[in-house]
Amino acid sequence: MTRTSASPLSAGTPERTRFTAVLRAEWTKFRTVRGWVIAPVIAALLCIMFAYLVANGTHTDFCTGAGNCKAGHPFVPTGPNGQAVADSYYTVGRQLTGDGTITTQVTSLTGVISTAMTNVAPSQAQQTRPGLAAWAKAGILARPSTRQGSAYAAVMATGGHGDRFQYNYSHDNPGRSGPVSTSSPRWLRLTRTGDTLTGYDSTNGTTWTRIGAAHLTGLPVTVHVGLFVTSPVSFQTSASGSRTLATATFDHTIIDGHTTPNAWHGQSIGARQQDFYPTLRVGSYQRADSSLVISGSGDIAPAVVQGLLGADTAASSLPFGLTVALIVIIVVATMFITAEYRRGLIRITFAAIPGRRRVLAAKAAVIGAVAFVTAAAAATVAISLGERILQANGAYVFPASASTVVRIIAGTAALATVTAVAVLAVGAITRRSAAAVATGIVVFVLPSIIGSISSGGAVQWLYRLTPAAGLSVLQALPRSAQVDYPYTFANGYYPLAPWAGLGVLTAWAALALGIAAVVLRRRDA
Amino acid sequence: MIEALRAEWTKTRTTGGTAWLLTGAVAVTIAVSAGSAAATHVSPQSGQEDPTKLALAGIYLGQAVIAVFAVLTIAEEYDTGMIRVSLAAMPHRLILLTAKAATTTALALAAGILAVTGCLLVGRLMLPDAGLDPAHGYPLITISHSPTLRAASGSVCYLVLIALLALGVATAIRDTAPSIAVVLGLLYLPPLLAQAFTEPLRRHIEQIAPMTAGLAIQATTNPHSQPIAPWAGLGVLTAWAAASLLIAALLLRLRDA
Repeated sequence: MTRTSASPLSAGTPERTRFTAVLRAEWTKFRTVRGWVIAPVIAALLCIMFAYLVANGTHTDFCTGAGNCKAGHPFVPTGPNGQAVADSYYTVGRQLTGDGTITTQVTSLTGVISTAMTNVAPSQAQQTRPGLAAWAKAGILARPSTRQGSAYAAVMATGGHGDRFQYNYSHDNPGRSGPVSTSSPRWLRLTRTGDTLTGYDSTNGTTWTRIGAAHLTGLPVTVHVGLFVTSPVSFQTSASGSRTLATATFDHTIIDGHTTPNAWHGQSIGARQQDFYPTLRVGSYQRADSSLVISGSGDIAPAVVQGLLGADTAASSLPFGLTVALIVIIVVATMFITAEYRRGLIRITFAAIPGRRRVLAAKAAVIGAVAFVTAAAAATVAISLGERILQANGAYVFPASASTVVRIIAGTAALATVTAVAVLAVGAITRRSAAAVATGIVVFVLPSIIGSISSGGAVQWLYRLTPAAGLSVLQALPRSAQVDYPYTFANGYYPLAPWAGLGVLTAWAALALGIAAVVLRRRDA
Repeated sequence: MIEALRAEWTKTRTTGGTAWLLTGAVAVTIAVSAGSAAATHVSPQSGQEDPTKLALAGIYLGQAVIAVFAVLTIAEEYDTGMIRVSLAAMPHRLILLTAKAATTTALALAAGILAVTGCLLVGRLMLPDAGLDPAHGYPLITISHSPTLRAASGSVCYLVLIALLALGVATAIRDTAPSIAVVLGLLYLPPLLAQAFTEPLRRHIEQIAPMTAGLAIQATTNPHSQPIAPWAGLGVLTAWAAASLLIAALLLRLRDA
């Protein structure tokens, strides 16, 4: 009696147990073919080996002065969050102890742009024409010390983005818009209260608008405060960028607080020969009646790829090895289904499991899991190995946070998984290994190869539309709205965001899977 | 030998895939050439272009189809077990391989001639629209121009040599999917690897890789931009094809089928 009453319950379960049984059958098929088990291991080893070779073949020289080159890279400051930052400017300031307020009026902001490109020595870049970079900055700065990469907060007028309150390189609050001129001067004020720095702007010096505030934890009692001017590399006229210099006039500068008694002290930061950020020349300042005229070159912002620095990241030695591994995975994924057609096993499989899409799903799960594990293991080793060797060879490797590295590894694994499932679907459609392997390689691997060996605007579209978009998961270079830079593929930036790129690849795979599901159902095996 | 050749020819002729693959190779080559010609827009700012090389761009993809065809001529026999019948009928294994190489050569040659002729016609008709016309200093593509003749005949030879390379690889590996992967990897991966290295090493990789060396034959306007001289590059590819056939012959002789 108890047995019969239990049967309706178990009658409901086969639906679920059957899929695990299908899964187990497919897994058994996979693991009992020796070549299919060895191939992913070989794929992972090839990926690691090529990552090593590529990293080992990269050597970086760094030159100071005329023909004096040695292995290494220029100095790149590291910001408070561990990111690479640009920190070069000219400042005129003094020490402030305790709370205080600095107020100034910017009455003019002009600039010059070098007519030579950034990759020539600064001494040859002195020919200039007038022009103000959009992110040229002039304003008030407060920071614990003038050490490059230290915390800061600043309120500033800019060349083309209006007034801004920025702190710690990546934070940016907009204020009043419009350019600065003698007829439209801009009042700026920075107030320190304990650990809090607040920025204000005004058009008349009496009614103030708060732009933003920053809490710089651990701010010492005595901080450096001062006026600063800086002007970044401009990419408006040349793809490789031109050095620039900005000059600003400050009037009615008042420090309200306990300051050092000595006079204003001018200081150039980050414009030495070993600093990575291209500056036109060392800045300067001069007094004219009650006003200060300061000129400076450089940037206070996140560092993006600059010609001098290269575009190496933790992931940059990975693509070639990954391509080789993908080809091996494509072969295994193809054979996982075409071998059944070749041997006639598919008829037994479909006789045992009439739900054909279920078989396809189980196969996809097995091959996807194999590809995921293979690529994740290979990427984990290849990334840490490649990064270490690149650094040992003197290349600058952009620092990547732990979460970025995890994202790259997970993305690489997902890329391999989606590719394997897509090729499996192609195999189910063509039923022939020759057609499936060739289609798999031509559709899923060749676009990225063409993309990385050719140049031009069309390449961007390869990485937007074709399965090559999936490689966007390898993106590790910083990108910032506060830096005008051509974020193109040629400069190391994929046109799509990592997960969007993976989405494009997944759409291709979904298309293949959809067709496979339809033809599997309709066709005679 | 004549009988072996006739046997191979009958096998190739009656296999369903042959006609499709060869037609596909020609169609893919011409289509890619036409596509790249349509996508080309030459402005006075862009550097010196090479119309013949542009017209022959389709070879880049067409060679994959030719390689698949060559792999299948022998790997398919291993897949179906037909190879045992073939070897029982023709016990001298090297003659079998020679006959296969001969039919593959003949068919790749035929497909190559059609594809290259089509590419040149496409280039002659479409490239003037892209700004590559006599008015801008680019003469129309014509076979009587000796570098163009070299590029055209060289491209046909290139396709034949790729087919022989693929045949050798497939004979050595005896399985369709891995053979195709190895051949396509051998063709397409070295340029990517070269990209990862700095100058002297990069050039050396391009000089010894089958595709970059072999395709140097397509340069007509500025041969110095290529990693290797035109005929020397085709020589490198010949060495690859010869080595692969030699290894294949050795393995075929030594191994049990």
